[in-house]
Amino acid sequence: MHNKQYSRSYFHNIIRKVYFFLNDRLFQGQCSMQPPSLPVLVLELLIFYLSLQYAWDASEEYLFKAMVAFAMRRYSNKETTQISNVLLCNMTERVSFWFVVTDSARNVTTVPGSEVEAAIRMNRNRINSAFLLTDNTLQFLKISSTLSPPIEPTVPVWVIVFGVVLCLVVAAILFLVVSGIRQRKKNNNESAETGDLEDKCDTPVTTENGIPCDILDLKAGQINGVYAADDERFTPL
Amino acid sequence: MEKPRPLWDNPLQFIFACISYAVGLGNVWRFPYLCQMYGGGGFLIPYLIMLIVEGMPLLYLELAVGQHMRQGSIGAWKIISPYLSGVGIASVVVSFFLSMYYNVINAWAFWYLFHSFQDPLPWASCPLNSNHTDYDEECAQTSSTQYFWYRNTLNISPSIEEYGSIQWEQAICLILAWLVVYLCILRGTESTGKVVYVTASLPYLVLIIYLIRGLTLHGAVNGLIYMFTPKLEQLANPKTWINAATQIFFSLGLGFGSLIAFASYNEPNNNCERHAIIISLINSSTSIFASIVTFSIYGFKATFNYENCLSKVILLLTNVFDLEEGALTADNLDSMKNYLTSTYPNQYAELLPQIKNCSLEAELDTAVQGTGLAFIVYSEAIKNMEVSQLYSVLYFIMLLMLGIGSMLGNTAAILTPLTDSKFLSTHLPKEVISGIVCFINCIVGLVFTMEAGNYWFDIFNDYAATLSLLLIVLVETIAVCYVYGLRRFEKDLLLMLGHKPNWYWKIMWAFASPVLIISLLIFYLTDYIRTGTLQYQAWDATQGQLVTKDYPSYALAVIGLLVAASTMCIPIGALIIFIMKRLKKRNVSTLE
Repeated sequence: MHNKQYSRSYFHNIIRKVYFFLNDRLFQGQCSMQPPSLPVLVLELLIFYLSLQYAWDASEEYLFKAMVAFAMRRYSNKETTQISNVLLCNMTERVSFWFVVTDSARNVTTVPGSEVEAAIRMNRNRINSAFLLTDNTLQFLKISSTLSPPIEPTVPVWVIVFGVVLCLVVAAILFLVVSGIRQRKKNNNESAETGDLEDKCDTPVTTENGIPCDILDLKAGQINGVYAADDERFTPL
Repeated sequence: MEKPRPLWDNPLQFIFACISYAVGLGNVWRFPYLCQMYGGGGFLIPYLIMLIVEGMPLLYLELAVGQHMRQGSIGAWKIISPYLSGVGIASVVVSFFLSMYYNVINAWAFWYLFHSFQDPLPWASCPLNSNHTDYDEECAQTSSTQYFWYRNTLNISPSIEEYGSIQWEQAICLILAWLVVYLCILRGTESTGKVVYVTASLPYLVLIIYLIRGLTLHGAVNGLIYMFTPKLEQLANPKTWINAATQIFFSLGLGFGSLIAFASYNEPNNNCERHAIIISLINSSTSIFASIVTFSIYGFKATFNYENCLSKVILLLTNVFDLEEGALTADNLDSMKNYLTSTYPNQYAELLPQIKNCSLEAELDTAVQGTGLAFIVYSEAIKNMEVSQLYSVLYFIMLLMLGIGSMLGNTAAILTPLTDSKFLSTHLPKEVISGIVCFINCIVGLVFTMEAGNYWFDIFNDYAATLSLLLIVLVETIAVCYVYGLRRFEKDLLLMLGHKPNWYWKIMWAFASPVLIISLLIFYLTDYIRTGTLQYQAWDATQGQLVTKDYPSYALAVIGLLVAASTMCIPIGALIIFIMKRLKKRNVSTLE
């Protein structure tokens, strides 16, 4: 019995390996074909060479494979995708290539393009930042990038500035208007007061040398301060 | 006891007020356009000739009239001849129309100013469409700055018939603009005199900053060379001379009554001859200065767009044909294009619609004037500068100062005759009269904040002041020279200034200026008659560009009303005075 089971699994392993091997060969062969003939399976990628801040070599390709595997793992929540499942084809100097993701768990078929697309779309940010590139410079030619909307603050900035300026202007207007009214009231009061004084002056008061008569003592006379003798000025006799 | 007429604190306030009024948005957005269209550097020749023949004499005339009569426009012309009080009323009506629509520009400047405090600037990139996959359709077809102007700011409708609703954001900016104007004119010359120190000098500061920044921008020299190379063949074109004359005329703000109003607050012995020369020279040199700045900005923007276009084409070709880096450069692009066409004809043909022909001349040739220049072209150039928020704030503060300075003159033209009239000034204080005028203007101005508001703005801008002003100034000149008498006027000037005007002034007043204005009037009338129906530029959102449409009949009626309302005041005023005098004579003779 043991022998039978062992032999069955061994046989399955061999078949699996053969499938893998065959598929590998298949894919190597497919790598030489033009991408348009495999629209469902492959995803093209284009990197703007001028935007790379480093040289693109085999290690970068390894990183890319790792990122795609990471995206697949995140998307499907299965920890089955390995780096070896990602195949890069037709690498050019311009750094453009296409790639496929195989699924070793499911009879060594390729993962449908739509799934890979969805996975990459979900983790686009991470992939971009791993390569220090942006949506414009790292283009997946079948995935239209979802553009990130600009950050909208809850209260638009312009309303705040507008409010500040409006309050200042209204405060200045009120200040000027109120001070104008007060000025006018003061002027009115002053003119009213001068009007009263003039009324007083209208009643005739007899004066002599500026002094009203009723306080003049006509008998005693009035001492005129100008001619008041200053005893100390005259030398005593 | 009568209150003495308020005066400027010193002659400098008067000069600053006149400069602040005369140096306005037209110097920034109209003169560079005229320079570009009518011969580049060669346009300066007709411009300076018109300044000497028309600008200085008419300015001196208005200032002298205001200073001598010491009244606003209505009172001043009544003194010259009672039959001419219609001229003063026409000036007030034109000023009223102008202030109605002019403050909307200040509202737009406020709007852009408040939006300049964001990082990045809101007109730097297009907004996204609803499912965030691409840019908004309308914005993708035009540019982000045009989109921001036509959609975010104006929310413009496709034609003048579709009113739309009042845009509340523009409405509150308009209210703020009117509050600021009210604050400045609240106390009459007391407040205006202080404000003009700022509104006259700050624009020059910003222009100097922009000049230094503009000349150091990459590609600015392209703009300067292209624009200033004189194309002297344009001097033979009569339109060049006509546009030079109209530019001088409208730039100085003659005929609105503002200059008369400002001069009426002068000391009687103020040397208005010297001031007239100074003001007109400063106004013209500011125009030339502003056009240097504008052309360097044009050059920068054109070079930036051209280089962008080139690099996009290079990148596209390099990617599609898998070429080496550096194989395609700006210099060998044409030869490489030919090579690629011959080696990969099919692929190249497929790619052809995406490859644009980049041309620096085509970018420089886009001649723009008016609000398009101020709000679209400049903001496009600003968004590509470093520290763009700072330059944006400075620029829109400058536009605001220019606009508010001109508004002060416009409102002075309306308020001075009103406060001079005994009837109104005894019943209402100055602040209330100013408040009522501002309030009425604000309410009417809300029309320009509707979706079709920009089309009505263009109507007012093109027709409210042009023809009427020419007529008003013609009547003014003829009145002073022939009705009042040149000799009497000479004697008045002798009294004020201490010397008589020399033969140059007299010849200009009596012959040259009237002849010039009559020829301008004839030109305008024949132009109106020849073009038949009037047309306007409407924004087509689907195509993302302007299209020409005809005005509907009620818009034409409004245009007719605008022109008639001010020009008819002159003959109607004369007629009414004539009738009143006749009645008085009849009453007197029946009494006897």
